[in-house]
Amino acid sequence: MDIIRVLSFEKSFGPKRVHSGVTFHLKKGEVLGLIGGSGAGKSVILRSLIGLEKPDRGQIFFYDRDITRYNERELIEIRKKVAYVFQGGALFDSMSVFDNLAYPLREHSSLTEDEIHMKILRQLDDFGLGGNENLFPASLSGGMQKRVGLARAMIMEPEVVLYDEATAGLDPYNTKRIQEMVLRLKSRGVTSVFVTHDMPSALAVCDRIAFLMDGIIKEECRVDSLPQTNESLIYQFMIGEIK
Amino acid sequence: MIRQGALYFGELFTRFFEFLGGMTLLTRNVLRELFHKPLYFRLVVEQIYQIGSRSFILVFVTAASTGMVMALQFGFGLEKFGGKLYVPKIVALSIVRELGPVFASLMIAARVGAGITSEVGSMTVTQQIDAIRALGTSPIKKIVIPRVLATIFSLPLLTVIANAVGIFGSLIVGSTELDLDPKYYFQKIIQTVFLNDYLVGMGKTFFFAAIISITACYYGLNVSGGTQGVGSSTTRSVVTSSILILISDFFLTKLFWIFEKWT
Repeated sequence: MDIIRVLSFEKSFGPKRVHSGVTFHLKKGEVLGLIGGSGAGKSVILRSLIGLEKPDRGQIFFYDRDITRYNERELIEIRKKVAYVFQGGALFDSMSVFDNLAYPLREHSSLTEDEIHMKILRQLDDFGLGGNENLFPASLSGGMQKRVGLARAMIMEPEVVLYDEATAGLDPYNTKRIQEMVLRLKSRGVTSVFVTHDMPSALAVCDRIAFLMDGIIKEECRVDSLPQTNESLIYQFMIGEIK
Repeated sequence: MIRQGALYFGELFTRFFEFLGGMTLLTRNVLRELFHKPLYFRLVVEQIYQIGSRSFILVFVTAASTGMVMALQFGFGLEKFGGKLYVPKIVALSIVRELGPVFASLMIAARVGAGITSEVGSMTVTQQIDAIRALGTSPIKKIVIPRVLATIFSLPLLTVIANAVGIFGSLIVGSTELDLDPKYYFQKIIQTVFLNDYLVGMGKTFFFAAIISITACYYGLNVSGGTQGVGSSTTRSVVTSSILILISDFFLTKLFWIFEKWT
């Protein structure tokens, strides 16, 4: 069964047409890598998957329900099941790391403050962030902010995770930690869309890769059968021949 | 030249209607979500502290200065016609019905409106507003409603203080500079200012508060163009709410006046 199905997705910003019929699907536990040049509209698709953007035309099915017709209130139910990992972490800068992680739990769970406390400390340890719970986002490094963002996104144990450039700008150590975390979630059956420019990470964590160009998915293939010839656009993108 | 002019006015009209539509939608969303659970009471209290308590000094200084200057100007002006004794009446009525509410609102528009727009705008450009939505919560409930309620709660209270401080300032100037007996001055104020005068002035501040906070949130939520965008949105927010306060003041005065005559 498809968890996510995107059909003929079209989106324009003013006179600029970004998508002109994007179609793809995802099965449970699958990780789809969405690659493409800067400005190809990868993040717009990702944002549309949880209703942060509305498509001009086309449909987005989440468990066979067309969410493009949903209003903000109905989308909240979808968003409880889907985690979005923002490029820069998007941490609430007026809150400590602890409160950032507690935010979704306080909103959507019936846990007591003691249980929330325990859960957050465990989550921070899992993400290698133990001891930082009282710090504020401004005092964290970029890599740590991303990891806190990830920890916050994962704390509600989502069924689907959407990664927007999760490894961009990170050092090899932090990149590897994030790859390991994506693989760990994958082994638990979590479905993911991994938007990235970072091809080594995409190859390490994705089952399939879709290449977005000129507003459509130009090529899609499984990672284990990735063509190594110049006829493949994905291969050309990997070796820097096209943007 | 003509084409450029047409384009300029075309853009101006588009922006005006965009603003009008955006404000209407935001107001509708605020009203709709206001009556749905949850209401973040703690956030409202926090904002009352930020908006109300921390604006006290600014409103205090503005009101004191206004009252003192008005007493001085009317005193010297009316002295020529032997009308110095009317200063307490004129000044008190002007402050309570007009200047107290309007000046306090303009000060709040500058301080609080700018603060809200820059704060919400920064949250928008750093995707914190998107994060609020992505985490299954509503920015209207979390960000807009607490600020709107806090402003609606704080501005009338600040106006009460502004009125009192303004009148007290005029009393000091009246007794020290115009040689009016403080007792007489106070008595005249009590005889002149009635409850309905006070209510007319205060009534306007609820509308002004809504204008300030919704305009500020609208510009904050619609920031584009990074940190530079935050700056220009903040300026636009203050200018727009100041203009809206001054324009709506006329219509509200007229409305309250009709209402007063009717009752």
